[in-house]
Amino acid sequence: MGKTITIYVDNKPYQVEDNQTIMQALDKIGYHIPRLCFHPKLSIEGACRVCIVEVEGQKNYVASCAYPVYDGMKIYTNSADLRRARRDIVELIVDNHPMDCHTCDRNGTCELQRLTYSMGIKNRHFVGERKRYEKDVSFVSVIRDPEKCILCGRCVRVCSEIQGVFNLTYAYRGFKTVVTTAFDMPMAESVCSACGQCVNVCPTAAFLEKNNTQELFEKLRDPNLVKVVQFAPSVRAAIGEAFGFPAGTPKEKETVAALRKLGFDYVFDTQLGADFTIMEEASELLYRLKNNGKLPMITSCSAAWMKFMEQFYPELIPNVSTCKSPMSMLGSLIKTYFAQKINVDPKKILSVAVMCCTAKKYEAARPELMLEGMRAVDIVITTRELAWMIKSAGIDFFNIEPEEFDDPLGISSGGGAIFGATGGVMESAIRTAYELYTGETLLNIEINSIRGMKGIKEGSVDFGDMRINVAVVHGLGNASKILELIKKHPEKYHFIEIMGCPGGCIGGGGQPYAGINSIPLDEDILMKRAEALYGIDRKKTIRRAHENPVVKRVYKEFLGEPLSEKAHKILHTHYQQKYPKGIIPKEMTLR
Amino acid sequence: MQKENLQNDDLNLKSLREFLKNFKDVPRAESNLITILHKIQEIYGYLDKTAIEEVATTISVPTSHIWGVATFYHYFKLKKPGKHIISVCLGTACYIKGAEEILRKLKEELNTDIGDVSPDGFFSLEEARCLGACSLAPVIMIDNKVYGNLTPQSVIQVIKEFKRKYKEQK
Repeated sequence: MGKTITIYVDNKPYQVEDNQTIMQALDKIGYHIPRLCFHPKLSIEGACRVCIVEVEGQKNYVASCAYPVYDGMKIYTNSADLRRARRDIVELIVDNHPMDCHTCDRNGTCELQRLTYSMGIKNRHFVGERKRYEKDVSFVSVIRDPEKCILCGRCVRVCSEIQGVFNLTYAYRGFKTVVTTAFDMPMAESVCSACGQCVNVCPTAAFLEKNNTQELFEKLRDPNLVKVVQFAPSVRAAIGEAFGFPAGTPKEKETVAALRKLGFDYVFDTQLGADFTIMEEASELLYRLKNNGKLPMITSCSAAWMKFMEQFYPELIPNVSTCKSPMSMLGSLIKTYFAQKINVDPKKILSVAVMCCTAKKYEAARPELMLEGMRAVDIVITTRELAWMIKSAGIDFFNIEPEEFDDPLGISSGGGAIFGATGGVMESAIRTAYELYTGETLLNIEINSIRGMKGIKEGSVDFGDMRINVAVVHGLGNASKILELIKKHPEKYHFIEIMGCPGGCIGGGGQPYAGINSIPLDEDILMKRAEALYGIDRKKTIRRAHENPVVKRVYKEFLGEPLSEKAHKILHTHYQQKYPKGIIPKEMTLR
Repeated sequence: MQKENLQNDDLNLKSLREFLKNFKDVPRAESNLITILHKIQEIYGYLDKTAIEEVATTISVPTSHIWGVATFYHYFKLKKPGKHIISVCLGTACYIKGAEEILRKLKEELNTDIGDVSPDGFFSLEEARCLGACSLAPVIMIDNKVYGNLTPQSVIQVIKEFKRKYKEQK
């Protein structure tokens, strides 16, 4: 606690704490200074100058995001000259911007658009040369459009300070400054992990997911295809936000109904895929524990983490579980088990996945995940893309009548639901591994030490005679921290869960954009989304993956046992080093 | 934007590796980045991609960060220079005598821009501010030889003649 000082804001006195910036102080007393490059989770850039205020005794306006308060400070937030200066700053940004709002993907969710409106820019004083760049559409996950970029640098900072990927940089100088990759390589040939956090934090449309909605609308019209869709736990926890529901409103059965209205024949649940992942992963963990296998074992569900691992930590490939992700497991079962069940040629099945994730687009295209020349998942769309499709198709999501998942791949355990929140895979794996190992049912199944938004969480569980030490991390920057640690002390943990995005999948790069009074990656919103999933778990009668009747049936009828030869063929894969090699700086400047 | 592949697999990294030993395990290695980039340009004549990657892995600085520094300073060349360097004088005297038109013609003939290399890798095109040969304005310099009293037509002749002589010598 700092000491209390008095500041005067527009001539009114306020008691505030010392040791904070003007912006922080004003936020708490009800003044929301306009801002652009500022993000509370990232370092202070001071690049955009939108947040200027007038401070008595200062020759120039000061950037409130970077300037500390002092006792007796006299601040003016709305004087006529200041308002004009702020408006001119935003207008100069707009002048170097395409201004194609009504055909832009971020129309209605763009921070620059909102800012332009609230600054009262009604006519243009400046019209000059505008930067021109080609779009980089090389990558299946994330596309880059430098013409839309306003050089706020949030993407550069999230990529380095939170994710520790360091793929993006400012290059060149002055008017030619551009956010790009090393050697201006296309995104597809960069160290990009495909996490999509740059898309989440971008105030404009300079980063977007590769949009697959048109392709999907086309395919949904094809009468020769059986259209099957699955959607991730985190989609139901967040999609409501895109329709104006408060964060944390679960929309599971509403999403099922909307997907049917879009034209899908079968709606299945990725949470069931998660149950299979748990069966295989828990069995793999026990196998490694009993047979002196490579430890710690690290989870492999997160597509961004997998790409990151292959480029930055290829030496840890033996530590990573060979399990496919829940999406790929369910996709594989759809093209094998389910195709047999309904007696349809798997080539006639359109397998679609709705994910909270941009990296899943990359995962679905991985050649090693092909089944006899077919992709297990043909098209991946993000939560955002699905929300757009629902709106575009004129489906009334707000008042939609809830519907149930289809048989046979629509029943899931509570353990599958919590996969979407950081710590969920671990919690769910423990629920099952404990019983597989001890033969007894774990009664206290809510493991609070590995829930919540702390970057690195630790815990331990007694499996009868054996104590299992676990760690849970989310965000690739935190992943690097723990991986550097286990390279030195491999004996510290038995099992580690790594999720590529802050908060886990609920904070994925494909989730709805921040609303008008909110910011991307807001921790409160992430917590509410997580709570939605924990609520779904609590309401389930089946909360452990191995108790799921569908899981039991598919093993009995089709796969045999966990880790069986058939299970290996359909549910497991192998990873290999990819280039260019990523570089973790020795002195990491992560936040 | 620089789209060309800068990679040179046959690059001899021996002297660079020797130089980088000085920076390998020192704290805040990235503060030596500009010194290192100068060395690369001294050895290879430009900032080769393979060399930059060597620096990145040796001193553990992300490649993107090095790229940001390398592109910020005009001094650093990002492309292998041509075999021969054409400097077009844009000093006051040459400018008045039509240097701009000569430059335009050269760009067109060589299919390149200032600071860039012709597609065949033969000529680099650069601008100069007064070569001290104002009485011959407008002038260009190819390597160390000055060609004066040029017109947009004669400058093309100079280039063609230069190439012809080069071929004959070979």
